[in-house]
Amino acid sequence: MENLLEIKHLSKNFGGIEALKDVNITVEKGGLVGLIGPNGAGKTTIFNLLTGEYVPTSGSMIFDGRELTNHHPYQVTAFGIARTFQNIRLFSNLSVLDNVRIACHIHVKYGVFDSIIHGKRFVGGEKEIYEKSIELLRIFKLEDKKDELAKNLPYGEQRRLEITRALATNPKLLLLDEPAAGMNPQETEELMETIKFLRDKMGITIFLIEHDMHLVMGICEKIYVLDFGKVIAEGDPTAIQHDPKVIEAYLGTAYLEGGKVNA
Amino acid sequence: MDKNSLKKDLIVFAAVVIFYALVQVFIQTGIIGPYYSLNLILMCINIMLAVSLNLINGFLGQFSIGHAGLMSVGAYTSAILTYYYDLPLVVALIVGALAACLAGLVVAIPTLRLKGDYLGIATLGFGEIIRVVFLTNETVGGAKGFFGIPKLTTWTWAFFLMVLTIIVIKNFIDSSYGRSCIAIREDEIAAEAMGINTTKYKILAFTIGAFFAGAAGALYAHNFYTIQPEQFNFMKSFDIMTMVVLGGQGSITGSIIGAIAVTVLNAALSSLAAMRMVFYSLLLIIMMLFRPQGLFGTTEFTLDQVLGRRGRLGKSAGNKASV
Repeated sequence: MENLLEIKHLSKNFGGIEALKDVNITVEKGGLVGLIGPNGAGKTTIFNLLTGEYVPTSGSMIFDGRELTNHHPYQVTAFGIARTFQNIRLFSNLSVLDNVRIACHIHVKYGVFDSIIHGKRFVGGEKEIYEKSIELLRIFKLEDKKDELAKNLPYGEQRRLEITRALATNPKLLLLDEPAAGMNPQETEELMETIKFLRDKMGITIFLIEHDMHLVMGICEKIYVLDFGKVIAEGDPTAIQHDPKVIEAYLGTAYLEGGKVNA
Repeated sequence: MDKNSLKKDLIVFAAVVIFYALVQVFIQTGIIGPYYSLNLILMCINIMLAVSLNLINGFLGQFSIGHAGLMSVGAYTSAILTYYYDLPLVVALIVGALAACLAGLVVAIPTLRLKGDYLGIATLGFGEIIRVVFLTNETVGGAKGFFGIPKLTTWTWAFFLMVLTIIVIKNFIDSSYGRSCIAIREDEIAAEAMGINTTKYKILAFTIGAFFAGAAGALYAHNFYTIQPEQFNFMKSFDIMTMVVLGGQGSITGSIIGAIAVTVLNAALSSLAAMRMVFYSLLLIIMMLFRPQGLFGTTEFTLDQVLGRRGRLGKSAGNKASV
């Protein structure tokens, strides 16, 4: 299958700290790929490099045949990559509807002048944005909360709204940064259903960071394991679960040598 | 636009026209004397200034305190055009506003990368530079002031330019572009991740604000026969900011009320001279203690509220009827 995203020899230094060292990751079109690793391994750094928040020290990131390096975050979004954040970044004082409408702006069909005179093109364009937003909110069961302020939603729904908002930019690739963080088991189950739905029904390629092994092992087809800025393992969930390097990274060498973890 | 909002638009439009006509008749018949008509014009100018600053401070969320500087660019440019070249007010107004717009652009491009306090300091510096430029330029009268500017500003000009300012800025805010600006205020990183070119929209909103500040300045210059650089110092910027903060950052109707309140207070307290500023500072301190979001916060005063249906900007910013 065709590769949607190819990360080749990607490195990133922060001053003297090597956050990422020669990372190679490929995400196939239509894939559902997970990225795991202990805290501080550099997972979010990869997302920040992909979305243009950071500039890589070396290496390349090819998305859909286009080099991502040296593009601003808003340009990367326009190429077709949307993301959610580890610590939810909704427009918390705005309504649920406005959160989604703002993300629709990237495809707005009228100009500044149209908006000032509130002409025909404005009315048509606004109607389109409204309908698209409502449609997305309906799919993600947030329609009846459209007028609530984003900050007043329960935690699980805030996460869901962040995904809905990301989808309003019409992405080809969706980056989810710890989507299940802070969720209870039932919310996590719902999230897994949502992620599968995104990939299977909406045809969106997913690349996600997650600590919840139930989620990662349950839905990802391919998993990369990152430790101290290096990819130490890649493969399907079963292979990853039995990889000695992965066990070492998570549980330490003592575990492998037959000793007790807390010894 | 649905039928209901069209009806509300018509009510507001009718109210605006009737208000204008009544005041115009009173001025013509002398019921409203020259002192009061001067203050009414000043009120319109202040509303233009407050609403345009609110676009930058309240909606875009960028802390600018150089608004008097932008206003002075419009004032001096238009005054030069009418005094030296005998051009009609309409030309002077447009050129003055465009000059302020250009000045805004020059300030915006380097400084809008700065955030919060830093941007405030940079815009303050800009305001002072502009003031010193006029202070040292003898063709515009230098420190003595620019005298003999024809008095061309009338109630009609002031009132309709004010209405235009409010309509343009309100329409901008209620569009996808305005929502993008509000998104920048709420969370710049998230806004950028949603595909919004934050630098571009900051510059756009800043220059729109500057344009109307320039237009207000042009009206101001042609209202008093004379302008002095001192009238556009930091205290003037502070005055405009008081109006915005008083009314609520992020509320257009709030800015209108704030501007009216400050104009009335200015006139009422004019005998106190410098003590006036003490009064304002106290007012602001009390405001910050008891209602830090301003009179209106980010909500708008709408006809719906008068009729008992609560409206709120940000809840459904799409179809608001109030002007």
